[in-house]
Amino acid sequence: MKHTLSVLVENHPGVLTRVAGLFSRRGYNIESLAVGETENPAISRMTIVVGGDDRVIEQVTKQLHKLIDVLKINDITNDEHVDRELMLIKVNADAAARGEIMQIVDIFRARIVDIGRKSLIIEATGDQSKINAIEASLRPFGILELVRTGKIAIVRGQKHKE
Amino acid sequence: MKMTGAQILLKCLEREGVEVIFGYPGGTVLPIYDALFDSKNLKHILVRHEQGAAHAADGYARATGRTGVCLATSGPGATNLVTGIATAHMDSIPMVAITGQVVSPLIGRDSFQEADIFGITLPITKHSYLVKDLAELPRVIKEAFHIASTGRPGPVLVDIPKDLTMIQGTFKYPEKMSLPRYKLPSSGDARRIKEAASVISQSKRPVIYAGGGVITAGASAELTELAHRCQIPVTTTLMAMSCFNGEDSLSLGMLGMHGTRYANYAVSDCDCLIAVGARFDDRVTGKVDTFATKANIIHIDIDPAELGKNVQPHVPITGDVKVVLGELLQHMEPQEHPEWLAQIGEWKEKYPLRYESCGSEGRIKPQFVVEQIYQMTSGKAVITTEVGQNQMWAAQYYRYTEPRTFISSGGLGTMGFGLPAAIGAQLGRPDKIVFDIAGDGSILMNSQELATAVHYQVPVKVAILNNQFLGMVRQWQEIFNDRRYSSTDLTSAPDFVKLAEAYGLVGIRATRPEEVRPALEKAINTPGPVIIDFWVEREENVFPMVPPGGAINAMLGGE
Repeated sequence: MKHTLSVLVENHPGVLTRVAGLFSRRGYNIESLAVGETENPAISRMTIVVGGDDRVIEQVTKQLHKLIDVLKINDITNDEHVDRELMLIKVNADAAARGEIMQIVDIFRARIVDIGRKSLIIEATGDQSKINAIEASLRPFGILELVRTGKIAIVRGQKHKE
Repeated sequence: MKMTGAQILLKCLEREGVEVIFGYPGGTVLPIYDALFDSKNLKHILVRHEQGAAHAADGYARATGRTGVCLATSGPGATNLVTGIATAHMDSIPMVAITGQVVSPLIGRDSFQEADIFGITLPITKHSYLVKDLAELPRVIKEAFHIASTGRPGPVLVDIPKDLTMIQGTFKYPEKMSLPRYKLPSSGDARRIKEAASVISQSKRPVIYAGGGVITAGASAELTELAHRCQIPVTTTLMAMSCFNGEDSLSLGMLGMHGTRYANYAVSDCDCLIAVGARFDDRVTGKVDTFATKANIIHIDIDPAELGKNVQPHVPITGDVKVVLGELLQHMEPQEHPEWLAQIGEWKEKYPLRYESCGSEGRIKPQFVVEQIYQMTSGKAVITTEVGQNQMWAAQYYRYTEPRTFISSGGLGTMGFGLPAAIGAQLGRPDKIVFDIAGDGSILMNSQELATAVHYQVPVKVAILNNQFLGMVRQWQEIFNDRRYSSTDLTSAPDFVKLAEAYGLVGIRATRPEEVRPALEKAINTPGPVIIDFWVEREENVFPMVPPGGAINAMLGGE
């Protein structure tokens, strides 16, 4: 089962390497990892999606806690939260196909952010299933390039407490 | 008052109570060595290879409980520390490793003797720093010592670019550290401790399984009190050999792959296993699904990540082992387990550790050498070991009576550890006789440190159990590879007596059983360092032995 860990870390050099290294050394699988500064520039938030049973997740959490630069870890999988991924996708789009593509973009409330002679770049945000659905819908036109961020997530309501 | 970064560094080390630094100079640490030249309070021990510096700092830490400090230059100096840092990390030994780095503007340009030691050591340190500003150096040093020595200890690396040690700054030792979430568990959960007390009280066949954490926490007295009050036999891991008196009738010796039959039988049959500061290592558990299956397992450790990592305990308790045991004792009434102890007594009688005696014609048995060292030092010496057969015999046939007197690379299993560790241990414990029980293979991995022992007249006694084989690997080849001794014959070894003499040590050779005691007597009575070259039975095996991946109650040998 996939778990989403929201991890606050000190914005120190090497912290990403420490976290990523811990996963690889202990044989845990990172599905995705997104990292960026928080409202406090000294602190970054990592959203880590990791696969494994409860015992694996417990070990991951405990081992992460041992890293001095890790401030706080929340497994928000079962909490009410909002999560998003961002995808940029470049698809084949000759004049004949453009109309249909624009309809798909509309349906998914995505946006066209660049138009080339034979292609379009589409920006889409949403949870993983929506992003997957857009990708699937656009695949028949021919995907030229695709880039996805990892998942970022935030808990609903009050500031999250341990 | 203005001083150089190097002087500030030394001031910080003094403030941390450092007495001795093991190191080797080089380009990027020149300013530090220049400052050391004037230092009155810091003793620097010049080793002959940086690996020796790390192991010596480690041995010093294990023998004294204080944080060991080693110092090396950038590039190869730093990378030579790596095995020593990994050794300390696996065994949770407090160490601060300081490395010089190329000057800041040259970092990242593949400069001469540049290596990313910060990156290289990330997975083998408890924490690490690359100092970028002299102003933060004092705080970094303070944090490094705090992190290394508290909680579950471990090595901390501090990489300092050369330019920072040359510029001027002011020394101000910080009051505070910047470690917002570095928490130290102290007392355990009171409810769980009560639960543990009740599990122990209701058990008929309890066993204590003590690990290195008992020594780290200084909890031998509490552990011994629990064992005595509740009449619970104690088995120890390799890391914990000296935490419970080996001469005590409740002692089961070591468990696991080369543990005693009675310890492995007791653990396999017990109904309550009290794991204290131990981590259920594969060399202890064998096939983990078959380990202590009849027992309610109580697991006490300061590192919550150890609870449930390898074996799921019934009662997990996070906390300082000494504090938790102290609290547990408040709930424990005296107990008797006459049937259980009688059963264990029967096993002890039936399956003692044993070997065929040397006989008058035979060669020296390595076990006999270890036994004689034990007898002649009354179990009071500090014993360091190399790795392999020598290490296992030192664990089996010497009975340790005081904490911190058995010093061995348990987790990483580092050959070449014993000699430099013995030097460090002896410098930390000048009152003790220190023996390095070595093999003819291992000793050559850091034999250059003989020069260090001679230079500082560190009176370590190196007892080489010389079988002209890489003994433990040969043993596995004998048992599992049909005696195909691939690359384990070490017949073309140096003459160790001449090697001793070449370095300026006293060298003694014993080739027959009756020469063992006189050789040891001479070694002990020689004021300086000594090598004793014992020519032992070449194909002697370490028994009992649990084949890797097997259940620990299915042992080979020692029946």
